[in-house]
Amino acid sequence: MSWGRRLVRVASPLVALGVWQLLTSLDVDLWLRFEQFPTVVEVASALADRIGTETYWQDLGHSLRRIALGFLLAAVLGVAAGTAVARSRWAADVLGPLVEVVRPVPAIALVPVAILLLPTNEQGIVFITCAAAFFPVLVSTRHAVRALDPAWEEAVLTLGGGRFRVLFSVVLPGALPGVFGGLSVGIGVAWICVISAEMISGEYGVGYRTWQDYTVVDYPGVFVGMATIGVLGRLTSTAVEALGRRVTAWLPGAGEGGAAGPARPSGSAPAPAPRTDTAAPEGPTGPGPLTGPVPDAPAASAARSSVAPPVPDKEPVT
Amino acid sequence: MTTPSTHALTAVPTGAELALHGVRLGHPGGAAVSGPVGVRIAPGELLTVVGPSGCGKTTLLRTLAGLLPPLEGRVTQDGEPVRRPGVDRAFVFQHDALLPWRSVRANVELPLAIRRVPRAERRRSAEEWLERVGLAGHAHGLPGRLSGGQRQRVQLARALAGRPRAVLMDEPFGALDATTRAGMQDLLVEILRGTGATVVFVTHDVDEALHLGDRVLLFGSGEVLDVPHPRARDAREAPATAALRRRVLDSL
Repeated sequence: MSWGRRLVRVASPLVALGVWQLLTSLDVDLWLRFEQFPTVVEVASALADRIGTETYWQDLGHSLRRIALGFLLAAVLGVAAGTAVARSRWAADVLGPLVEVVRPVPAIALVPVAILLLPTNEQGIVFITCAAAFFPVLVSTRHAVRALDPAWEEAVLTLGGGRFRVLFSVVLPGALPGVFGGLSVGIGVAWICVISAEMISGEYGVGYRTWQDYTVVDYPGVFVGMATIGVLGRLTSTAVEALGRRVTAWLPGAGEGGAAGPARPSGSAPAPAPRTDTAAPEGPTGPGPLTGPVPDAPAASAARSSVAPPVPDKEPVT
Repeated sequence: MTTPSTHALTAVPTGAELALHGVRLGHPGGAAVSGPVGVRIAPGELLTVVGPSGCGKTTLLRTLAGLLPPLEGRVTQDGEPVRRPGVDRAFVFQHDALLPWRSVRANVELPLAIRRVPRAERRRSAEEWLERVGLAGHAHGLPGRLSGGQRQRVQLARALAGRPRAVLMDEPFGALDATTRAGMQDLLVEILRGTGATVVFVTHDVDEALHLGDRVLLFGSGEVLDVPHPRARDAREAPATAALRRRVLDSL
């Protein structure tokens, strides 16, 4: 990368931060209102304070554990189901229609399902995260398995291999580039959903904390939450991409800094990267309830509004 | 040739007898690509099959391999019906079917791994085969880094490493340039020697068919002709060979 490009890459976020600081410190009010918007310095000092607290790391740990569990589960289930649907007519007939009906339902709209089915909130959050990542993985795996070169399978068959040998020596390794396309999309969707689910029904977790800060009108805290989500999302998706490049190093053209593989953008898959703006409250600027059962629906983000009914079993720690 | 080892893997297996009994070739649901074919391929024989491109030679091989059921008739190996692909009948594909994510050596080890040969032994055997095809130095590379000719040599090594009793070869040298092709033919002759395997070799190149084969099957007519001087480079211009060449060319 040339020095010019490096400079642009470093300068771009710095300039953005500078503009933010300027707009907020001058309390600009040009239709967009920046009076109550925290300044960069306020956010940075809030971040510095938070990083020193145990709560911050506890929240981080909770969110990471939930996403790790949900995502890994989704990866295993998605690859298994995608392979089954692609390889077996029976599986395609049984699972295909179900998948196509459930897939368009936003994972976060499954909150009521999670509450009805699962004994604890914790499991509900993992379930929603898993449901979110499951479909992109399934769809990518299905495509990748169907696109395999039939000669690979025939070669293994004529060398004496059976079904399992074909599955583990041809189908799964051969589909990895596509699978990782799905995993890359999946990890992004998983973040969006783990944070949303935490906001709705979590105890601890970055999403929960961000929403808590919003309800007590701690706007710098909200931005600390969003920044944390952004960094975590970036780190995990980088990890997935790096792993993908590693296991698909055999692809022609690998090692030239491309994506993990021929990732087909799957039909209904949402944005590949977690967007911090999903956590931005859009509701009235007044404070939500400080304590009590549930922050109610009126101050709902886009994600929340799809699950309008209040969550009955939430027990805020405060 | 390398010195014959004593372990069971390199013990000389006997070639399989392959036979087609009134077989009509074709894809299920599609039209038949040939009329009834009846041919018996003797154990250890090298039968070449010639015919124009796209006439169904590959279908014949796939049927022999058990990858494709015949529309009619029976395919047998040593009198037993062939129902599915198996370790006895290795296939060498026209376009290399090496697994691109496995190293060259791991590809050659594949048939041995499928048989659960212990790791050390299959490693040694794979390296021996790679040496025989002149690719000992490429064992750890990925197939994608090799040239077309080298990849076909790896495929040969992989096919033979499993000690098959028959090798079915689908225009394996079709995509290679003339010099490489002649070298590959010599290599094939050399490494087949001592394996005892029956070979069915499909090609659209008449000279290749007449050089390699003990007998030539003319795919169009179903005739099987004896080759006067199999695998003798200097017999290329011999009168008997020239007469056979003319006859084969006329039939095409």
